[in-house]
Amino acid sequence: MPSFVIAEKCDGCKGQDKTACMYACPNDLMLLDKEKMKAVNLDPSQCWECLCCVKACPQQAMDLRGYADFVPLGASCVPLRSSDSIMWTVKFRNGMTKRFKFPIRTTEEGSAVPDGGYEVTTDIDSIELYTEPASMHMPIWTVKK
Amino acid sequence: MPMNFETVEVTTDLLIIGGGMGSCGAAVEAAYWGKKHGIKVTLVDKASMPRSGAVGMGLSAINLYVGLAEGKNTVEDYVRYVKGDLMGIARDDLVANIARHVDSSVHLFEKWGLPLWKDENGGYVHEGKWQLMISGESYKVIVAEAAKNALGEENIYERVFITEPLMKDGKCVGAVGFSVRENKIYVFKAKATLCAMGGTVGVFKPKSTGEGAGRSWYPPFSTGSSAYFTMKAGAEMTCQEVRFVPIRFKDAYGPVGAWFLLFKSRATNALGENYMETRASELENWGVFGKIKPIPANLRNHLGLLDIQEGKGPLFMRTEEAIANLAKAYEGDEKAFKKKMKTLENEAWEDFLDMTIAQALLWAATNVEPEVRSSEIAATEPYFISSHSGASGAWVSGPEDLSAGTDYFWGYANMTTVPALFAAGDATGACAHKFSSGTHAEGRIAAKAACKYILDNNTLIEADAQVVEDIKAAIVKPLEIYEQHKDFSTDPSVNPNYILPKQFMYRLQKMMDEYVGGANVFFNMNEASLTRAAELMEFLKEDSEKLAAADLYELLRVWENKHRLWQAESHLKAVTFREETRWPGYYIRTDKPTIDEENWRCFVNMKWDPNANEWSVFKKPVLDMFGVSF
Ligand SMILES: Cc1cc2nc3c(=O)[nH]c(=O)nc-3n(C[C@H](O)[C@H](O)[C@H](O)COP(=O)(O)OP(=O)(O)OC[C@H]3O[C@@H](n4cnc5c(N)ncnc54)[C@H](O)[C@@H]3O)c2cc1C
Ligand code: SF4
Ligand code: SF4
Repeated sequence: MPSFVIAEKCDGCKGQDKTACMYACPNDLMLLDKEKMKAVNLDPSQCWECLCCVKACPQQAMDLRGYADFVPLGASCVPLRSSDSIMWTVKFRNGMTKRFKFPIRTTEEGSAVPDGGYEVTTDIDSIELYTEPASMHMPIWTVKK
Repeated sequence: MPMNFETVEVTTDLLIIGGGMGSCGAAVEAAYWGKKHGIKVTLVDKASMPRSGAVGMGLSAINLYVGLAEGKNTVEDYVRYVKGDLMGIARDDLVANIARHVDSSVHLFEKWGLPLWKDENGGYVHEGKWQLMISGESYKVIVAEAAKNALGEENIYERVFITEPLMKDGKCVGAVGFSVRENKIYVFKAKATLCAMGGTVGVFKPKSTGEGAGRSWYPPFSTGSSAYFTMKAGAEMTCQEVRFVPIRFKDAYGPVGAWFLLFKSRATNALGENYMETRASELENWGVFGKIKPIPANLRNHLGLLDIQEGKGPLFMRTEEAIANLAKAYEGDEKAFKKKMKTLENEAWEDFLDMTIAQALLWAATNVEPEVRSSEIAATEPYFISSHSGASGAWVSGPEDLSAGTDYFWGYANMTTVPALFAAGDATGACAHKFSSGTHAEGRIAAKAACKYILDNNTLIEADAQVVEDIKAAIVKPLEIYEQHKDFSTDPSVNPNYILPKQFMYRLQKMMDEYVGGANVFFNMNEASLTRAAELMEFLKEDSEKLAAADLYELLRVWENKHRLWQAESHLKAVTFREETRWPGYYIRTDKPTIDEENWRCFVNMKWDPNANEWSVFKKPVLDMFGVSF
């Protein structure tokens, strides 16, 4: 079932018009069943197992069950994403567990300044893009004709 | 409007279609020139930008960084590498244009907060000559954030699927699509349009079946919209025959780049033989390209596939051997050795957890510890992705300073042969290996040129009202077909009056796989099989008019498949036209099994004529521009 929703844990994002999982999925697979107030993956056979939905769920109500046609049962890869890092708990079929933690960003969420603080160029006829040459750290290459 | 659909009209100056790497670059660049010159910029994405497109899951490497300021490589070095890898078929001007700007995008990513790995001296950690290691789980989140901050939420439309270009007298004047969440059709009117809707997956039958069908290497939501949109507008296309067949970790398709480049791993057959050595003599059959270093990716595939065909498979990535080799230097110092092994283990798992989680799960489910045992690798199914190692896409103008005076220049950088229609990323052909970073830079190049185009051609041209009405009617037709016929049978999925998108996709994939060189036939094809494919393609095209959808979700799938169909048809025409085998390992024309430098060191271009509803396929020259030749 690729990504799946744990019935007991899902609160339907409290009935907001877009749930976190629906907002996240790049393939439009997650749907909130408004009667049950639970989300469901509409087509597991089109799921990429990208876990964007799992990482976004505020209730940790989503998980992954590897593609049934080639992944043996019993393992899991569970992410816990914070504002600057991600923690993974990888459980093997034989019971072994490994934990990994990786950074995900070095700046505050929402703070990306488009020009990166580089000096801008203002000539639309030039070959430079607007943060260049500063963001290249050198003049822009061209051919000598 | 039928079916209670509301029409929303959006008038803008520059319309950016797609919200992936190329579009995010375009947004950042266009927002600046837009503010400066009073150009309104609007972006539309079928998904939501923080996770849309091929980088949505994350990546563990930036695959293109030239390092120009550090003096590491030159632009010409990169052009040579790309052209060699594509067996001589590439546009030097487009590749050079991306190469001279790409570092700039990478430096911006770092400022925005992307964690790039650093060495003791503060320099970037290279995976290989052109690749940088990153902790990239949030790569797309960060890049999309900068794009949104530049454009403003109010100029961004998410969850709107673009179906069709809007045309007036051969010029692109906008696009039409529908919301995948509510009954709304969007008509975007624009002075210039930039197409960056990614590549095409799902044209060929995937190797996995049933539930696993979504496990494509490139994402299943790359459904050929770029190719369809540009072809439907009447743009000249190039390299539609140049598909990419990656060798990946078997079944879950974990990338191999870090293993080959960072960990210096070997791949061997089941007998432990390194097919790159045992089959080295085969390289002599592929002209000058068999002699260059690095050996082109398709030739490396070809050698591995020969081993499998001879019964020497499966192939293995010797992960345990690679890790042992790297840790060897620390032997004798137990503490240092342990630490090194731990670091290597972390790096190995991060590679997959950052960009192919399915592979990490498969390792765990089969109790694989890469430092203990090897893992199988295998060829996947073919993909159309010109930002990576394929090359299919629109034929676009080069920049004036590099291309003027040649066949490659007609006015504005990255403009297609259709006036006012620009392209970037997987949407442009003949400039492979730009990857995430080069695509971002190319989006910026295209956006700046499009802004310049708008300043030079500053009038809004509108499509005829009837044209818009016809497109709107076509968009909802699959819903009407379903409504009209659904009660005829007791099971709505089996009904002689229509075909549902999933079945349509299966039919396309079966046909392409069997007759146009899919994985099941070892990527082989010949004139007879292609002729058969062309016959079956006609039936499929006719039946595409009977695609039906029960709801908005299925309507999305219908349109994705209509788009895929055009990529499939153009591919079929291109492989039929090119009477040689140039990329063994990606496909072999068994009736023309050798490379033919004299007749075919050229581009195969093609064009659909919207007025005559006819295709033409023709050659275009490959120019050697910056002293790079083979
Ligand atoms: C598994 C994997 C590993 C990779 N590894 C690396 C790597 O290590 N390093 C590297 O640099 N690159 C890597 N790449 C390549 C990189 O992801 C691509 O080169 C890049 O994302 C291409 O950008 P794009 O803008 O052309 O397409 P995408 O980023 O795919 O964006 C396409 C956009 O178009 C939207 N869209 C599609 N159809 C429509 C429609 N009809 N209407 C509206 N919107 C639409 C999508 O939602 C998306 O926003 C990898 C890719 C994959 C899948
Ligand atoms: S994000 Fe989580 S809690 Fe919200 S609807 Fe989806 S599964 Fe339920
Ligand atoms: S894992 Fe990815 S593709 Fe699958 S439902 Fe979640 S977000 Fe969508």
